[in-house]
Amino acid sequence: MIAGMLTISVILFALTILVAVIRIILGPSLPDRVVALDVIGVNLIATIAVVSVILNTKAFLEAILILGILSFIGTIAFSKFIERGKIVERKRDR
Amino acid sequence: MKTNDVILQTTAKVVFFIIFLFSIHIFFAGHYAPGGGFVGGLLTTGAIVLLLLAFDLRTIQQILPFNFTIMTAIGLLLALGTAAGSIFFNVPFFTHAFSDFDLPLFGHTSLHTAMLFDSGVYLVVVGSAITIIQSIGGDD
Repeated sequence: MIAGMLTISVILFALTILVAVIRIILGPSLPDRVVALDVIGVNLIATIAVVSVILNTKAFLEAILILGILSFIGTIAFSKFIERGKIVERKRDR
Repeated sequence: MKTNDVILQTTAKVVFFIIFLFSIHIFFAGHYAPGGGFVGGLLTTGAIVLLLLAFDLRTIQQILPFNFTIMTAIGLLLALGTAAGSIFFNVPFFTHAFSDFDLPLFGHTSLHTAMLFDSGVYLVVVGSAITIIQSIGGDD
């Protein structure tokens, strides 16, 4: 029962990632693609969590933390690129 | 137009130390658990990139006054020196030694010379990645 539910949820997460990939390819504007990349990150984290429940192991929990950190930094970089046009500034005018 | 990013800068100041502590943890967790020098170096690079996003290149050069090229060289010297040190003990290249010690604060621990090699890898990854980001992001 629980194993079947977990397998179905992994399949649904994979479908969600597929839909987000379609949005990245088709997406008319840049913010659509950025939000789709964030959706892929969150769904990868959830998939790794469910897989580690299925395999009954704790070995993947640090991978979840690393994916969360990298997705956070990536989202900040993309939003700064959308807002300012450049990512790393040499001298900030203040 | 004067930009206002108080939230980003305040968050980056706190999250930098969280990511840096996690990178140190994952650096020392290597060899028996997932982790090691490469992932730890990449996470430290991610923390410094977060500071670069929130502030600018000159501020980061002031608060982290390292020459990252020399850091890469020191890391390569450490890794190659650890790898080449094994041939003086009449064992094959890259052989590593380990033993168990009873340290006062850590209890029963096993110390490996592979950790020295890993710290060399850590320095190489951080130095080369930050050098690439500084030289790409610096030009206007």
